[in-house]
Amino acid sequence: MKPRRVSVAIWLLLLAGAAWIIAHARFTADLSAFLPTRATAAQQALVDELREGVASRLILIDIDGGDGPQRAHVSEQLAESLRASASFSSANNGRVASSAADQKFVFDHRYLLSERVSPGRFTVEGLHAAISDSIDSLAMPTGFLQKDLLLADPTGETLQVLEQLTPDSGPRYSNGVWVSADGSEALLVAQTRASGGDTNGQELAVGAIESEFARLSASSRSAVTPLGPPALRLRMSGPGVFAVRARATIIHESIRLSVISCVLIATLLLLVYRSLRTLVLGLLPVVSGALAGAAAVALGFGVIHGVTLGFGVTLIGESVDYSVYLLIQARRGANGNAADAWIAGFWPTVRLGLLTSVCGFASLLPSAFPGLAQLGLYSMAGLVAAAAVTRYVLPSLLPENWTARPLDGLGRRFARAIESLQHYRQLLWLVPVAAVAIVAVHRNALWNRDIAALSPVSASEQQFDTRLRSSLGAPDVRDLIIVSASDVESALQASEAVGAHLASLVESGDLGGFETPARYLPSLEMQRQRRAALPTAEVLQTRLGAALVGLPLRAARLSPFIAAIEQARTTPLLDRAALTRSSLASGADALLAQRGNRVVALLPLRAPGSGVHAFSIDAAQVKAALGSAPAGVSVTVLDLKQESDTLYASYQSEAIHLSLLGLALIVVLLLVALRSVSRVARVIAPLSLAVLVVCAALVAAHQALTILHLIGLLLIVAVGSNYALFFDQRFAPGPAAQRNTMLASLLIANVATVMGFGVLATSTVPVLSALGMTVAPGAFAALLFASLMARAGKPEAL
Amino acid sequence: MSCRGRAVLLMLCCIALPATAVIAAPATDTLDQLMALLSQRQHGHVTFTEVHTSSILDRPLESYGEMYYDAPDRVEKRTVKPKPESMLLEKGQLTLERRHKQYHVALADYPQAIPYIEAIRATLSGDRAALERWFRVTYTDNDAHWILKLVPLEPKAAAEVTEVSIEGTLDEIATVTVQLANGDRSVTTLHEAPADHAEPAT
Repeated sequence: MKPRRVSVAIWLLLLAGAAWIIAHARFTADLSAFLPTRATAAQQALVDELREGVASRLILIDIDGGDGPQRAHVSEQLAESLRASASFSSANNGRVASSAADQKFVFDHRYLLSERVSPGRFTVEGLHAAISDSIDSLAMPTGFLQKDLLLADPTGETLQVLEQLTPDSGPRYSNGVWVSADGSEALLVAQTRASGGDTNGQELAVGAIESEFARLSASSRSAVTPLGPPALRLRMSGPGVFAVRARATIIHESIRLSVISCVLIATLLLLVYRSLRTLVLGLLPVVSGALAGAAAVALGFGVIHGVTLGFGVTLIGESVDYSVYLLIQARRGANGNAADAWIAGFWPTVRLGLLTSVCGFASLLPSAFPGLAQLGLYSMAGLVAAAAVTRYVLPSLLPENWTARPLDGLGRRFARAIESLQHYRQLLWLVPVAAVAIVAVHRNALWNRDIAALSPVSASEQQFDTRLRSSLGAPDVRDLIIVSASDVESALQASEAVGAHLASLVESGDLGGFETPARYLPSLEMQRQRRAALPTAEVLQTRLGAALVGLPLRAARLSPFIAAIEQARTTPLLDRAALTRSSLASGADALLAQRGNRVVALLPLRAPGSGVHAFSIDAAQVKAALGSAPAGVSVTVLDLKQESDTLYASYQSEAIHLSLLGLALIVVLLLVALRSVSRVARVIAPLSLAVLVVCAALVAAHQALTILHLIGLLLIVAVGSNYALFFDQRFAPGPAAQRNTMLASLLIANVATVMGFGVLATSTVPVLSALGMTVAPGAFAALLFASLMARAGKPEAL
Repeated sequence: MSCRGRAVLLMLCCIALPATAVIAAPATDTLDQLMALLSQRQHGHVTFTEVHTSSILDRPLESYGEMYYDAPDRVEKRTVKPKPESMLLEKGQLTLERRHKQYHVALADYPQAIPYIEAIRATLSGDRAALERWFRVTYTDNDAHWILKLVPLEPKAAAEVTEVSIEGTLDEIATVTVQLANGDRSVTTLHEAPADHAEPAT
């Protein structure tokens, strides 16, 4: 008796430990589960961008309802309070960019900021060309924009700078703030201080926007009559918003589905056991397995991903099998109690089935993708714990003279069904032929190559995001150059060098355009050069005399210009701190970031809108045009879409390779355990058939396979191996009663598994439904094929 | 029928109206009559020549291009010379295009543009309410030849422009004169565009 008490005590201690670990674990739901830990430089840059980058920190905000002035008012107030909040580094609703203070800042610093300022600009020819250009502009429809500027800025530098700072297609304005294309929604962009990978930080930021909006719309509502326009409504989008939502959905779904699964399975088992006590005992391994899995992941990875948590639900369907076997198969023998008899008779088979499953999931551990490795570890720990609790703890908790309720009738009926089905065994070869044919026909559509298939973000949310981004003139960057240097000055200088190369690509039509932080904040070196390009008053005066020949403007009128140049020759250079007084700061901050001890400058590229290269950028051509970077600076050309597709493809092929490795491990294990090639073949054959049939069914139903389907296939092997092993070792003429009991336990275990995964298939979270729709039919198919292929031979010893 | 063909037909109908005996000959004796006449026109396509006289320049600047109008709220002014540039007013949104860049602003946010473009749009569409919202309107008529004098009411526009004067005959605008507060002045002369000119893609 004593060792049994010891095992119960150890179990309770371990459970308490696991619960403590989980209570202190961190949960996340961002993309990080699908980002590799080992990566190429470009992948690393991608991963950094997705986790830390500016794009990952953007929250796009849309306000509709109310009327125009109301929306503009709330937009204004919201932007103001977000700017003041510690959670946000910036908030833009368009207002600041057009403010008078900005225009004055640009005017005051035009000779430091204008990209056209160079010694050539102030020669006689340069001045003549620039001034005649400005005079021409006066006659244009937009001439009224520049009339006042002509005498102080005849070369048009202020307009040049404003043009530099204007995105190629910016958002529309109404009532002074950004609006959607039809003007019915006010738009804002906020940048969080928390990185996109910090789901907790993002949750705080999202909450801050929501509560601030609620306060503002409540106060603006009080002024509205009940019959006025509909109430203001807030909608948000962006990577952080998605991560927060995904985490909430996955947690909510996991809880909801576990409850449903548990109720269904418990009802089934209560009908079978006819004893509440046995039912509760039967669920102990399930609970222990779930806790052990989560605790193992928390210990091994430091953070539990939402996908893993959702996956925990799926294991209910499998881990319940172990106790089903014990509680149905264990009968009191002539001497000794029922549990001991089960341990001696059935446990070796269950143990081999467990080892098979563990081998399958162990193959996921070395994955470079934490999401996959987490699933592997979770499954291994969970299954081992569930089986161990069944073997070592349950027997001590069962009453001394307990014995399983006889289910021979059920088993007998199942046996008869198998017998009659086996008449058609000769037709079984048709199944793999048909399945392979279906898979072969659809082989090009077999795998889903889009990483979005894993995203818990719904299609309508993604559409909303796309629409918002295009309205905002969109930091939805596809092609990007990343310049990394040791300090701000060298990052800016390198950006300017890259920008010069890019400008020639824009000139040749190979590139539509690009952004660079140097437009907002030129390097000190560049500012010095520009300042040095400005002539002295005497020189300028002389040159102007010659430059104005033939133009309808007299030099005597240009004294404000001469004074401005004289003053600009000694203006202090601009640094980031000097920008703070203007909205240029947020432009610079969006493209320039401190990352660790490096400064990273981003230069988003835009594809040409027409011509030979319309809507596409040739990354290789851009790379070739850039030449070599100076020492200590790295320049990476990144095609985010292509890079993430490559990443996903490598993720997928790695998973396929690892699964095949797992299969090989299982075969080796069975060879060692069964010591017979033909027996191993008999165990493997029904499992392979089940996997094939499920693949064919999914493909035929236009469900392109994702990584989660692959995990599902692995689960089919894990669950089905138990069935196949039981049929291999226990489907003997021997005592018919024992065989029928075994069959009944397999049937109950199977129904429990199919119910557990069937519930999962109804989930709105794609990763969970993928698992459900793979494993539920697969487990059934595995039992069907295992029984059809079972040989009524002599029982063979292990 | 093509879009262009339909537009031409509609224009012909409008022009042919005075000749039909069924409807009384259009009168432009009052502002309301003029507005009613103008509001019947659905499309317009003219070439323009603009002469800009500035106190700071020794000689006037000339520019030319085309203007398009679609009732009731789309006016596009495309300058060809000296440099290509366009200004489009559509449903209260102003889109400026210069040097391959587009700038979108709401007209209400940019009152300086009202005398230049909304004055023409409101006149073409016979939108008396819009004219009187932005301008103090004086109307004189002399045997189907009329003059609309518009003095901006919006302070920012008034600081820039003293008066816009639009002259025309029946439902056709002949000249638009913008007198600026700083003494500058621009005179735009409009001519019916040759019928074979394509309508802009809308």
